[in-house]
Amino acid sequence: MNSLISKTDKRVKTGVHFMLGNYAVVEGAIAAGCDYFAGYPITPANEISELMSKRLPEVGGVFVQGEDELFSIYSVVSASLAGAKAMTATASAGFNYMQEGIGYACAVEAPCVIVDVQRCRGENFATQADVMQMRWGASGDYEMICLAPSSAQELFDYIILGFNLAEKYRNPVIIMSETTIALMRERVQIPKKEDIKIINRKYTNLSPKDYLPFRAQKNSAPEMAPLGKGYHTLYTLNYHNEDGTIDWDARGYDRLYKRITGKIKENRKDICKTETFYLDDADQVIITYGSEVRPAMDAVQMARNDGIKIGLLKLITIWPVAEEIIKEVAKNVHKVYVAEMNIGKYSKEIERLCIPYCSIETITKNQGIIHTKDEIYNVIKEGNKCQ
Amino acid sequence: MSIKINPLRKYIRNGNLPHFFCPGCGCGQILNYFLNAVDDMKLNLDEIITIGGVGCTARIPVYLSTDSFHGVHGRTLAWATGIKIYRPDLKVVIFAGDGDLASIGGNHFIHAARRNLDVTVFMVNNFNFAMTGGQVAPTTLIDSITMTTPYGSKENPFNICNLAKCAGATYVSRWSTTKPLQTIKAMKKALEHKGFSLVEILSQCPTNFGRYALKTGDPEKVLNWIEDNSLLMSKTEGKSEEELKNKYILGEYVNIQKPVFEGTTVFKEESN
Repeated sequence: MNSLISKTDKRVKTGVHFMLGNYAVVEGAIAAGCDYFAGYPITPANEISELMSKRLPEVGGVFVQGEDELFSIYSVVSASLAGAKAMTATASAGFNYMQEGIGYACAVEAPCVIVDVQRCRGENFATQADVMQMRWGASGDYEMICLAPSSAQELFDYIILGFNLAEKYRNPVIIMSETTIALMRERVQIPKKEDIKIINRKYTNLSPKDYLPFRAQKNSAPEMAPLGKGYHTLYTLNYHNEDGTIDWDARGYDRLYKRITGKIKENRKDICKTETFYLDDADQVIITYGSEVRPAMDAVQMARNDGIKIGLLKLITIWPVAEEIIKEVAKNVHKVYVAEMNIGKYSKEIERLCIPYCSIETITKNQGIIHTKDEIYNVIKEGNKCQ
Repeated sequence: MSIKINPLRKYIRNGNLPHFFCPGCGCGQILNYFLNAVDDMKLNLDEIITIGGVGCTARIPVYLSTDSFHGVHGRTLAWATGIKIYRPDLKVVIFAGDGDLASIGGNHFIHAARRNLDVTVFMVNNFNFAMTGGQVAPTTLIDSITMTTPYGSKENPFNICNLAKCAGATYVSRWSTTKPLQTIKAMKKALEHKGFSLVEILSQCPTNFGRYALKTGDPEKVLNWIEDNSLLMSKTEGKSEEELKNKYILGEYVNIQKPVFEGTTVFKEESN
């Protein structure tokens, strides 16, 4: 951290911009207080690194291009534990390598943000194929927070939300970006600095003598201690007890991971964010996320013009699953459609929640190309013909 | 009668001993050397971050009263970079085995050396993967018997000191647990050095390397083997390549000053 330069006014570029999705990620992160970025070149995430290398030094932050993705994720985690608001960005193939470090971040409860600009076919083709890897990629027990923006504006908004959730729950947060929105230029409105809500991690008030690094209230994150101030915290992947030292107590292990997963799982109400459209009188609904929201919304409007009473549930938080909200929607309709750009993965999550209440049909497309509104509309129309 | 407590005990995390190293292992000695160096130099352990990866050597930081990172194999220098470039005021010290640093962490190692990251690395070379039960490592001499080379290893080993020197490290030396005073002196030099400093410490692993490669579980015999195969740098002059083959040359390989790494790009008013 270059403390000589503190140009905080340079952090928030208030105004209306015509901005690349990947650039919106950078501006959102810097507005959120990001001051450490490590990355490794990979298309289609390169514009994030490129703009970070210019912007971060301007605001007193540190940019580093490492030797591989493992470097990126581990240096992000250690910088975070050293006090940084740290992030990295990659694309699907690079995201694979990061799983190891994400597992470590969960175990030592290091807040950090990872952007995965999903791609497929070994090129920059559009996809949502990593949706399960976001949640289940690393070994061990953990819960993940994952947000799925659907536009350049939402990339800006949700990376700020991502940093806030990471800091609040001391957990990695993954921003599920996609080629579709990352490489698109759109209108992005950056609010005034005072209108951006920022949450920072809690540091302990206790003295090193009284401080236990992993003692926390039920289902919540422990308070952190600054590095290099005599707190002597051990951040180990091994099972550690409340004082941070390696332990062999089987029940203690169980307790630790109940808390680490519980702090996310039991706070779903606070974490999960969704939006609904035309749901008031709907007897059927499309549930979707990410850039698939865009053609799905058009298809819903087309169906509404035909008099079909269909609504839309947009999942902004895809992990943890917004179980209560999805169930509530399913109770009031006779059919749920799930639109996604892969072989049909997240639809299994929706299915387990909807099955007692209504029927479910998945609308998938796995060609590296986003759905057209007609493709989704045709499935809805076909479904309504059969009745 | 009062019980005498080792004055270095105050540097041990929660005073918790004994450590878990095998009887006769060199890691306990190296822990002791480090604390001797810290005590002599009057370093403040509060401002030192110690890092270990996975393996026997990696456990040394677990016993130290410092902020520490531990438990992931090979990523010590990735962690160190994140800490050091974000908080240049902190001192970062790494304890890594030969497997941790030269095998799985090899890429991070050469790149951190290339950048001249301001950290100190103590690499304990016990010539095998010890914690996992004695498998071949990138430092195992050719034809050695290990648990994964029952017919003898057919791989050429790394000379870690030469590798570090070529990669750009600015302080490199090699010593061994058979020479404690020289090792402590080198460790102090490394801790004082501004830039990437590496001390390779040849160490005995009687339990695995000793039993399989040397056919002895006796620490003394393994120490003798290290001593017999080592040669002081000052005594290498005039020796032929054949005479120096498979000899561990002990001494200082590099000691120079170069600018240290602060991040890939650094903002300067005039650069904008």
